[in-house]
Amino acid sequence: MEALWLSLKLAACVAAILLAIGMPVAYWLAYSTWRGKFLLESVVALPLVLPPTVLGFYALVAMGPRGPLGKLWIALFGHGLAFTFTGLILASVLYSFPFAVQPLTASFEGVDPRLLDASAVLGAGALRTFWRVILPLSLPGVVIAAVLSFAHTLGEFGVVLMVGGNLAGVTRTVSIDIYDHVQSLEYGAANRMALLLLVISFAVLSVVYAVNRRVWTPWAAK
Amino acid sequence: MDAMGGEVNGTMLAAQIRKGRHGPGASSFVLDVSIEVPPGITILFGASGAGKSTLLDCIAGLARPDEGRILLGGDVLFDSVRAIHIPAPKRRIAYVFQTLALFPHLSAEENVAYGLRNLPEGQRRERVGEILAVFRVEKLRKQRPGEISGGEKQRIALARSLVTEPRVLLLDEPLTGLDAELKAAIVDDLRAWNTARAIPILYVTHNRDEVDALGERVIALDNGRVVSAGEPIEVLDAPRRKKLAQAACFENLLNATVLDLREADGVMRVKLGESPCEIEVPLGYAAAGSRVQVAIRAGDILLATERPRGLSARNVMEGRILSLEQRGTMVIARVDCGVTFVAHITPGAVRALELTAGRRVWLVLKTHSCHLVD
Repeated sequence: MEALWLSLKLAACVAAILLAIGMPVAYWLAYSTWRGKFLLESVVALPLVLPPTVLGFYALVAMGPRGPLGKLWIALFGHGLAFTFTGLILASVLYSFPFAVQPLTASFEGVDPRLLDASAVLGAGALRTFWRVILPLSLPGVVIAAVLSFAHTLGEFGVVLMVGGNLAGVTRTVSIDIYDHVQSLEYGAANRMALLLLVISFAVLSVVYAVNRRVWTPWAAK
Repeated sequence: MDAMGGEVNGTMLAAQIRKGRHGPGASSFVLDVSIEVPPGITILFGASGAGKSTLLDCIAGLARPDEGRILLGGDVLFDSVRAIHIPAPKRRIAYVFQTLALFPHLSAEENVAYGLRNLPEGQRRERVGEILAVFRVEKLRKQRPGEISGGEKQRIALARSLVTEPRVLLLDEPLTGLDAELKAAIVDDLRAWNTARAIPILYVTHNRDEVDALGERVIALDNGRVVSAGEPIEVLDAPRRKKLAQAACFENLLNATVLDLREADGVMRVKLGESPCEIEVPLGYAAAGSRVQVAIRAGDILLATERPRGLSARNVMEGRILSLEQRGTMVIARVDCGVTFVAHITPGAVRALELTAGRRVWLVLKTHSCHLVD
């Protein structure tokens, strides 16, 4: 159960952080007219195609005591990043980045540009337009981004193994725990955990698709 | 017309704009206009693609001209030479879009209050209440745009723009799709609102009826250029350009060959298309044998079921009805006289004359209803 709690905590932290940094990135991707925009788009999508071990490997090297991030962290806090919960969060944020940014970008782009024009001629600057128009109209996208990054983090294995190792209560997440149980031939325990993860994942995805199908919308669609 | 020269008095809006279309596959299209909009309603008229919306976007500050100047009274809103570009939120120019662009997640009241965030709460309520009353939509204050009918949405969009006390009002076909009565009522409300304020209003339409109902002045735009400006009657009743003729509801645009000129009568005879059909049109700058186009409004054509006699109209052609199609309160008749004419008649006339497809009829055309197009 400790592993499940840890997984949920990790997923919630990652989802929150991804919403916070995903929004400005998605905003820029949706509205920038810069011709080199495709480059950043490709970088954002990288974690979709790279094996988690590759991502985890680079994250581990960067966070290690001789890596740039690791050195900085040691200088700031006196301890390393690798094999810590914080390190796990950082790596997971990287790994789940496209799952937050892509739905956000898509829903920002889906807002009728004339509504943004209307906001501008009524005297609103970019920030006010974002809070009063873009964000409320992108609410389904925000929900999807949060849920997908939560669910994706919940199910990750390779990155956690590379960066976090397998420390009970610190970095041993559900997926690692299941792997452990299977390795030690404890199929009963593995089954319980696997089933739990299956149910949670299904519930979470149901939310996403319900939003997609507009089972509920915050206002009458027209 | 020199929009920039001399002094600009009062709240005259003057714009001199050049703007190319950017991006891949950019055509040679350039918006290149110089216009003056005095207080009151000025119609901006032209076919779709003529550059009307681009022009409004430039004035509102939503698009940036490549070159030019936009002045409002003594204020410079844009000047390419001095690198001045006041952003849209700071221009205080109201803009009602063709799509209205009401915020779907906000109630009518919240939509209208959107531009008033700098006012204290009490004052804001008061202003919103007032303008909703002017446009007679108070009862809708709590409704969202999705729950409101077309005409009422248009009123709310107007109210939202006008409540901010703008210095200029831009209207991009704000009343399309409304019936004539409702249109007239909204326009009356708008005029009443503007009597006290006298701000320049630029009203885009390509509907001829709206021009007649509204226009004190008309600026006709074609392919990014001002082709004429002035009173509606001078601008629109002598179309010199084909696109403009089509836009101005000249449903009949016929190729013709000039047969002979009769200077003494002020007319010339032309042969229509490849048909044997000949009609008399006003004398134009054309030589015998040259090819011209004749534009005729469908509403200017009379239909008769017997050969009419004793008329001043010079053109009477025999033909056969190809089809009758009812559209609203109007019937569109296609008549084959060697070339096909489109005529608009009332459903009452169709019944009274017992018109049906295949029936033999005579078309009657006044000479001065035939307009020559270069």
